[in-house]
Amino acid sequence: MKKGFFTKQHQKLISDPMSDQNPITIQVLGICSALAITTQLQNAFVMTLAVIFVMISASMLISILRNHIPNRIRIIVQLLVVASLVALVDQILKAFLPDASEQLSVFIGLIITNCIIMGRLEAFAMGNKVWESFLDALGNALGYGWILVAVAFFRELLGSGKLMGYEIPGFSYLYEMGYMNNNLMILPPMALIIVGLIIWIQRSRNNELIEEN
Amino acid sequence: MNKESNLYTFSFAILMVLVIGIGLAVTSELLQPMKKKNKADKKMIDILSAIGVDATRTNANEKYVEYIYDETIIDYQGHIIKGSAFDIDVLFQYRDKTLNPEDKKYPMFKARKDNNEYVIVPMVGSGLWGPVWGFVALENDYKTIFGAVFDHKTETPGLGAEINTDFFEVPFKGKHIINTKGEFVSIEVKKGGAEEGNIHQVDGITGGTITSDGVADMLYNTLIIYNNYFSSIKVDSLVVDSANTIDL
Repeated sequence: MKKGFFTKQHQKLISDPMSDQNPITIQVLGICSALAITTQLQNAFVMTLAVIFVMISASMLISILRNHIPNRIRIIVQLLVVASLVALVDQILKAFLPDASEQLSVFIGLIITNCIIMGRLEAFAMGNKVWESFLDALGNALGYGWILVAVAFFRELLGSGKLMGYEIPGFSYLYEMGYMNNNLMILPPMALIIVGLIIWIQRSRNNELIEEN
Repeated sequence: MNKESNLYTFSFAILMVLVIGIGLAVTSELLQPMKKKNKADKKMIDILSAIGVDATRTNANEKYVEYIYDETIIDYQGHIIKGSAFDIDVLFQYRDKTLNPEDKKYPMFKARKDNNEYVIVPMVGSGLWGPVWGFVALENDYKTIFGAVFDHKTETPGLGAEINTDFFEVPFKGKHIINTKGEFVSIEVKKGGAEEGNIHQVDGITGGTITSDGVADMLYNTLIIYNNYFSSIKVDSLVVDSANTIDL
């Protein structure tokens, strides 16, 4: 990689995972949490923040330790680092954001199994310097986060008629006209369908993403 | 030192586990008081919601002191036992499979609201995917339900998960757990809808039958124990009444 504090390559580390290398829509990783917690926008935000924190800290720690980690137990070490960071997030949420912690319940614990995190640790942080690892982690976490927030936006708006838990002012008129919230939006399959729609839009805008048979 | 040697690998693993273990233990201990307070606040909010009092995390303690005037623990047979009722975690007891119903402690909370007295009973049972729990407030005739709130951990959204919504909870109000002959019958959560005018039934949830049944079982199994206590104090008050009559 070229020398410099924030070169073009550095920029790409953040921008690629946001679009053409998106962990959810292109690599199809981290789908389980995208399905589970996107019924409410607030949960999507809290989850995104938690993943950003875990991913950046884990990437930087692994990058610092990368020349000392014995090769044979490297996956275990990565898992240990991620698991302890997740435990830390869980504790902090329980202490400071008890309501969010209750709603996200098991999904915070499941950040450990988020393939994006382990994937980036193994593929990037194990072989790159701390600053680059930080950027790569940030980019991937944001790439994961924006999909989560986008999916949650549509699911909460159309499924519950709310955003961030607040009623939308205009909706009361719609209800009077016979509009109903779509319960299917709340159910897991709809998350997949919305992710599918995002993938469709993304690929129709960039033909290079379409695999050739 | 050779990075791939067994000694290095083991030393690295042990050191890593020690550092992380100690770090997490210290954090958990430091945050303990806050987590405890959050849990207690949530419990107060739940207890108060059974008598229709809306509390938030900021005023939970205040409102709890305002409305709840007594906490009691009873044993399986309905005898009062000593201890702090608020500190009994019924969910924890429920999960402990080594604990027989006879060995469990049964807390209850007595509330006063608008000059009426209520007794609030916490309960736990099993839904389809995990535990369901609730708080049921009875009027001081010990048979009429004044309010009920339920919650769950992982019931199906839109189906079983509906037990924590008004549509399921509100119909419990005014139902009787004792029939006209004075026998304990609990409340039936009826699949296909409660019979018109039946004061011992509420509507079940379509598509959420197992969760509905779980709630009904929970009500039955819990209230039957508390009813031991209720009938004992009802007998006491009858004795007192008749004694008074003789005095007159």
